[in-house]
Amino acid sequence: MTAPSTDTPTASAALALGDDALVLSHRLGEWMGHAPVLEEEVALANIALDLLGQARVLLSMAGDEDQLAYLREERAFRNLQLVEQPNGDFAHTIARQLYFSTYQHLLYARLAAGDGPFAPLAAKAVKETAYHRDHAEQWTLRLGDGTEESHTRMNRACAALWRFTGEMFQPVEGVDVDGGALEAEWLASVEDVLRRSTLDVPEGPRSGAWTAGAGRQGLHTEPFGRMLAEMQHLHRSHPGASW
Amino acid sequence: MVTPTPLEARLLEARTLEAELLEVAGSVPDPELPVLTLRELGVVRAVHVRGTDADAVEVELTPTYTGCPAIEAMSVDIERVLRAHGVREVTVRTVLAPAWSTDDISAEGRRKLREFGIAPPRTRSASGPVPVTLGATRTRAGTGGGTGTAAEPLEPVRCPHCGSGDTELLSRFSSTACKALRRCLACREPFDHFKEL
Repeated sequence: MTAPSTDTPTASAALALGDDALVLSHRLGEWMGHAPVLEEEVALANIALDLLGQARVLLSMAGDEDQLAYLREERAFRNLQLVEQPNGDFAHTIARQLYFSTYQHLLYARLAAGDGPFAPLAAKAVKETAYHRDHAEQWTLRLGDGTEESHTRMNRACAALWRFTGEMFQPVEGVDVDGGALEAEWLASVEDVLRRSTLDVPEGPRSGAWTAGAGRQGLHTEPFGRMLAEMQHLHRSHPGASW
Repeated sequence: MVTPTPLEARLLEARTLEAELLEVAGSVPDPELPVLTLRELGVVRAVHVRGTDADAVEVELTPTYTGCPAIEAMSVDIERVLRAHGVREVTVRTVLAPAWSTDDISAEGRRKLREFGIAPPRTRSASGPVPVTLGATRTRAGTGGGTGTAAEPLEPVRCPHCGSGDTELLSRFSSTACKALRRCLACREPFDHFKEL
């Protein structure tokens, strides 16, 4: 199976949002056994679990969840390039969480307020995502306004991932939200958190012809192929295996 | 008194049976918090009787969190008790809307949680996202001091052991997604708090 089911706008939108949740869930899962403190390991696992639950609901709206997760090729995934970025140091993971959870929280709030096909899931997930956003903001403040070392690392991480943030506001067929208004609210929130954390608001471009951002079209960055290989390895090696 | 028509009588019978089976399904203990029943947790939404002999039922179950792994164990347990009650065919369907809230936990459920050593969720009149504020850091004074905590717009979380309202947040995420880890500043015991959702 190479081509995902994108027969309807709802199916293709479910795939895009579901892939975001699935891929970020897997990345956060990579922290297990490696997080700086036990409480943080538990926190990242809990956030990953919330995202996996969202992914299962969304991918089931597009087809068979297992087929979609384990048997698609890289080019058939529709997730943002932001969520596939490697964990890096803890600052990179937190910067990625800040950018993505703020976006996802604002997006779900809009979808929950409407009466479209994503409203039931969004109404549930928006409450979970509020905790993810709070977690990311608290850590951004702590690392940014922490020691010299944590401040430097957090600034570096926020700047490194900045160029992946423009893609979040490109229109997605089947997702009925005003991308411009979403972007304005996201920028205001993230800039406020960065300033309060004594961090620089990155100045580079957030998207454009020669910067990143075509995950929704199936174009991914180099680390994604390796992540997929690990994620799909067991299922592909032992088709139909169960616990 | 009007004698019910045969159809009305059958409908009435079905409603009575549904109420009875809802009791049975709701009596299943939660797999992760066995002191609570699924009814007290507020996750069994409805039981619908199907089939000509009313021996097939469909149960509507809602997850606490979208990714809650206990939902599969709950489904298996519900199916087992209903079959033991004489139902031939059981289908458990997961429903998301309206979204489950900790306000759906019954008063009895809250009492049992506290007795079990878990601070119950505080009730809210309106649901919605949790307000987000930032706590203290090196250069900013915070109201909570120490580790710095999220805003708490509700009454304080009380220690389930000594009842003190003087408690602090250790981690927003604890042994399961639905709980946060806190510590009592009066008796110094750490405890789980079923966080508001």
